[in-house]
Amino acid sequence: MPLFLPTDLSETLALLADHPEARIMAGGTDLLVRLRAAGRTPGTLVCLERVAELGRIEALETATGPAVRIGAAATITDLLRSDTVRQRLPLLHRAASAFAAPTVRNAATIGGNICTASPAADTLPALHVMNASVELASRRGARILPMPHFVTGPGRTALEPDEVLTGVVVPVPRIFTIHHFEKVGQRQAMAIAVVSLTAMLAVEDGRIRDARLAWGSVGPTIVRCPEAEAILRGSRLTLTALTEAARAARRAVAPISDVRATADYRRQVAGNLLLRLADLPGRKPGS
Amino acid sequence: MIVFTLNGIGQRLDVDPTLRALDVLREHCGLTGPKEGCGTGECGACAIWMDGVTRLSCLTLAGQLHGRAVTTIEGLADSWDENEATDTTDQPPLHPVQTALAERGGVQCGYCTPGMTMVAAELLRREPNPDRAAIREAVSGNLCRCTGYHKIVDSIEDAAETMRKKR
Repeated sequence: MPLFLPTDLSETLALLADHPEARIMAGGTDLLVRLRAAGRTPGTLVCLERVAELGRIEALETATGPAVRIGAAATITDLLRSDTVRQRLPLLHRAASAFAAPTVRNAATIGGNICTASPAADTLPALHVMNASVELASRRGARILPMPHFVTGPGRTALEPDEVLTGVVVPVPRIFTIHHFEKVGQRQAMAIAVVSLTAMLAVEDGRIRDARLAWGSVGPTIVRCPEAEAILRGSRLTLTALTEAARAARRAVAPISDVRATADYRRQVAGNLLLRLADLPGRKPGS
Repeated sequence: MIVFTLNGIGQRLDVDPTLRALDVLREHCGLTGPKEGCGTGECGACAIWMDGVTRLSCLTLAGQLHGRAVTTIEGLADSWDENEATDTTDQPPLHPVQTALAERGGVQCGYCTPGMTMVAAELLRREPNPDRAAIREAVSGNLCRCTGYHKIVDSIEDAAETMRKKR
């Protein structure tokens, strides 16, 4: 079975155009497990690990402000060791540090995490709340899609068969003062999220100017809750406001029961995680 | 043809590049140090180095070894430069992590040990003075069902001290 190891993007796109049966492999930490579980041989694979231009992480200026562009084949370890990510995208840094374990992070890529499109994917909620967009390329041309338009369901994306995800562009959040990520799992390392909450709040003079919230593992894909965000906007960051937002969040989520938790548990915890925002370390109650 | 170096020795293998690196190392190269525990990346028993970076050989394909310098537990001692200069016994040389695991009771059944050792040795090459939290984080992808981990973490702390003294 052929395994192609292209070294630049044009070679990658030519391989995908010429081999419609080929699958794209990045780190292989999801793909190889799934193929083996299904008892299938890998077939034709196009592996992205040596495409240098897909591994870069760079700060850039866009028409709407500063952003960070992350190549699709950047590994989770690359994200963790990037000063640009740590300083400009703290939420993505936090998500990367909660991602599996170092052995997996050395292979797993951000592009793979996006394209696997698991509702429990660790990097997706952060990308959603930061309004990230994905860059796609094929020999027919390039296009860019906002994250929510790319991930369309569990394991489903808008990627065409001859297309490859080349990178993700993340606007640097500027007004937000609180960057919060919490993952509830069955243990700390290697755990698939049972529920996760990612939150960015802009608090000014004690009032919440803006709020962006995203939950993982409580729906077919990442769940946003505009109603909860609206409740928080303009309120003080108090347990009262968060309790009301938590009620809205429990109505918005659509979890399933599986081997890790029941739907009822997930729904309850999805709301509870919001309450944590009232007593984050370093904040005085009610401030 | 897959061309790579394995523990410093050049290899040319004519195998299906979509076989798992783990199977090729064990079945074709005869190195049974890398172990299969889970085959899904959860246990770390198959860890090797590719160009000095820890990789799970169960989730790496043979073709990905092409052009790489691969190190397994069998070649780890040679990667520790101090051995050549100081080893005067007839015993095969060991990496300080191996010595510490043996002396501090960090090994019981031994199945997780090769992977655990590769991960720990990579940590100590990058970070000569890790605290216990950093050590626990580094081995968080390696399962051990015997030791309860404390003696493994103790061993890695000891190895770090040994390596700092020799540097």
